[in-house]
Amino acid sequence: MSSLSFQPDRNLLIRALQAIRPQPLILTKPEELKPYECDGLSAYRKLPLIVVLPDTIEQVQSILKICHAQKVPVVARGAGTGLSGGALPHEQGILLSLAKFTKILDINPERRTATVQPGVRNLAITQAVDHLGLYYAPDPSSQIACTIGGNVAENSGGVHCLKYGLTVHNILQIKLVTIEGELLTIGSHSLDSPGYDFLALMTGSEGMLGIIVEVTVKLLPKPERVQVLLAAFDDVIKAGAAVGAIISAGIIPAGLEMMDGPAIQAAEAFAHAGYPTEAAAILLCELDGTNAEVSEQLMRVHDILVSSDATEVRTAKDAQEAAIFWKGRKSAFPAVGRLSPDYYCMDGTIPRKHLPQVLQSINEFSKEFGLAVANVFHAGDGNLHPLILFDANQPGELERAEAFGGKILELCVTVGGTITGEHGVGMEKINQMCAQFNSLELSQFHAVKAAFDPEGLLNPGKAIPTLQRCAEFGAMHVHQGQLPHAELERF
Amino acid sequence: MTGQDRSLALQAQVLAAYSQGNALTIQGGNSKTWYGNHLNSIQGETLFLAEHSGILNYEPSELVITARAGTRLSDIEASLTAEKQCLAFEPPHFAATATLGGTIACNFSGSARPYLGAARDFVLGCKLLNGKGEILQFGGQVMKNVAGYDVSRLMAGALGTLGVLLEISLRVLPKPETELTLVKALTAKELLQQANAYARLPLPLTACAYVNGQAYLRLSGSAGSVKQAATLIGGEALLEPESFWLSLREQQLRFFQTEQALWRLSVPADTGVLALEGETIYDWGGALCWLVSDLDPSIIREAVSQVGGHASLFRPSTRQTQTTTNSFQPLSPELLRYHRKLKQAFDPKGILNPNRLYNGL
Ligand SMILES: Cc1cc2nc3c(=O)[nH]c(=O)nc-3n(C[C@H](O)[C@H](O)[C@H](O)COP(=O)(O)OP(=O)(O)OC[C@H]3O[C@@H](n4cnc5c(N)ncnc54)[C@H](O)[C@@H]3O)c2cc1C
Repeated sequence: MSSLSFQPDRNLLIRALQAIRPQPLILTKPEELKPYECDGLSAYRKLPLIVVLPDTIEQVQSILKICHAQKVPVVARGAGTGLSGGALPHEQGILLSLAKFTKILDINPERRTATVQPGVRNLAITQAVDHLGLYYAPDPSSQIACTIGGNVAENSGGVHCLKYGLTVHNILQIKLVTIEGELLTIGSHSLDSPGYDFLALMTGSEGMLGIIVEVTVKLLPKPERVQVLLAAFDDVIKAGAAVGAIISAGIIPAGLEMMDGPAIQAAEAFAHAGYPTEAAAILLCELDGTNAEVSEQLMRVHDILVSSDATEVRTAKDAQEAAIFWKGRKSAFPAVGRLSPDYYCMDGTIPRKHLPQVLQSINEFSKEFGLAVANVFHAGDGNLHPLILFDANQPGELERAEAFGGKILELCVTVGGTITGEHGVGMEKINQMCAQFNSLELSQFHAVKAAFDPEGLLNPGKAIPTLQRCAEFGAMHVHQGQLPHAELERF
Repeated sequence: MTGQDRSLALQAQVLAAYSQGNALTIQGGNSKTWYGNHLNSIQGETLFLAEHSGILNYEPSELVITARAGTRLSDIEASLTAEKQCLAFEPPHFAATATLGGTIACNFSGSARPYLGAARDFVLGCKLLNGKGEILQFGGQVMKNVAGYDVSRLMAGALGTLGVLLEISLRVLPKPETELTLVKALTAKELLQQANAYARLPLPLTACAYVNGQAYLRLSGSAGSVKQAATLIGGEALLEPESFWLSLREQQLRFFQTEQALWRLSVPADTGVLALEGETIYDWGGALCWLVSDLDPSIIREAVSQVGGHASLFRPSTRQTQTTTNSFQPLSPELLRYHRKLKQAFDPKGILNPNRLYNGL
């Protein structure tokens, strides 16, 4: 395993980068570096040595060759909307921004594919193919801003991934530059490719294995009809049971989202979506498909919601009302942001059946840490986004919020779930990785990393903790009663 | 729960092989032993997975099933059918003994693949033995999980060369309420064009094949939407659709009973009819072509790579006693280099199914 400290010669590095032809944009002044000091998780901030903004693949290759030769860490950045500190700069490294790669290279309606540069925004793809009746399905709430390169690096999901899958299910090919500066074409325009599934391995690899410089996505036909239902419940547990009942009835909604009381109230105050503010929970259920199918499912879902004890069920009359129903949910994060100076967004996933137990524990933790929490869930797939409210200006509150969040994530692991459903590990959840994986598993991850980046130059210190860090964290996962690597010192 | 946990015995066998540096041939139900490279194969001892079986967890409302790798695919499908659910990627069995582990290791998927996904798309997590005899667990039983590299999906299609699958969790889906298969008399060219045009429309299309001069289009979904789409597509309703799709998936059609080599060509959706000498069947709306041909492998591979696809020798010609061709399309030198490094990361002594996927892996 490589060490995490590097001592590059900044001037030497700048000179080498300046010699690239055509020269990429290089930022070196502190005020130029400042906008890159953090991603969407602004609790962590660092200035990189240098920011480089190439706009050709050849430049990316040259930059990586230089960094490889001079042993300089490289942190890739798309739009910087990541919520786990994945694009947090390294103080001894360059920040490689892909922001200038904004071209849509090819749209192929016959194949139903679009080939784009990594800095293209998620929503821009859908907008570019709208006239063909097609769209790109994964739709993270940040889709107006986040880039497709960042989506691939995080394997991002969205409201519709219950039915349409995550990024990994919706891409065919990527081009990737290795730390040695080699350009690899991974996947193909066919539905499968020979050899190992490197496409799956690279998706969600958080900038640790290579730099994504081109992505070919699959496009889907826009559904004929979309309908949205809103159901209110006087008890969160009943809402959770309703989710199970819909899926058990053989219906896979396009989206199935849940919000608890505090989240409903915050969203309503912010977005005026007409939410029932006295409800303990609401469900938003989106059905899509052919006209006939949506009509049939609408009736069935309505009945299920009523028999699951919903206090109220509304069906959006038209697209406009549906948009209003969604507006509250989609603005839940900023809405909660208005309630409190800071909030901390968690991202665990659990088997849905454990929802009551997990919610109850979150409430208990909330009392224990003295911090309020609002819950927003991708309920259909068990992905929880508890938003912990705190004030970073109050001494100790950030640490309390982090400790509270850590406990939620460890609970997710205990009930058979995971510490991150879609936001990635990044810097933020590095300690909780020690709870989810034992040292043998972590060592296997490090071996995978070493196959692509033996010196650990790509995004050092992120995504996979060192064994030493886990030993320090003290939460080493004990597997089948044996303590792995007993020879390692534990402090 | 039936079956038994043989993981410790399997681990002991891998540990022994690791310490000696001896090769192991991983065998599930012995239903696909013919698949993959047998050129330069080093057999060593056989690691038998079939007894390591049993469904460990199946909760229909969570849309997840977890089973030991040796569990028969038929047992899994029977459990799912009882709950009106299914493996949406429609894996072929090729024999009654087919296991879950072998299915995932081969990443085999049936006719629904372009519309609903491949085996790899449904993998949520796995427990495996790497080449050092370590039991490791990746992914989980939930659909959204981005903690760590996606090692479990990486196992799909690796033919056991990166690890011995012990347990697998898969996402399952509800069985469609109604299915209807339409048959149309079209040329292959016409069908392949129509397949792409239909795929651009919001239709409940779940299979599209061209067999023996006939086009077969399957619609799945609610009764109303299937009926509506059928009016648009036209053609005649096939009387026993299930047996047709089964005989295509299991390669029981006369087409497949041949002495010549059977090639599997995976190509971009809009490739159209390939100008290669031999008999063909198209599936996946044209993205998959089965070719029965005695053509020289290099000619086939060249033609297919020209259009952005790849060719696998699925079953060698039975006229030849000795295979002389690699099963899979050669990788670029750069990609092969990273394949070797990745193999090294999981199986440093190269003992798991050596050379089954590519020489040196
Ligand atoms: C309000 C809000 C809502 C959100 N909602 C969702 C949601 O619904 N679902 C969801 O999944 N996420 C969501 N996110 C998180 C975030 O938007 C996604 O993770 C997104 O994919 C990040 O894209 P980005 O371009 O901003 O990447 P960045 O934040 O710039 O980078 C993310 C990671 O990817 C790496 N990276 C970026 N580009 C490349 C590249 N070209 N090659 C290699 N590595 C690269 C970076 O090093 C970093 O590790 C949300 C964020 C916000 C702020």
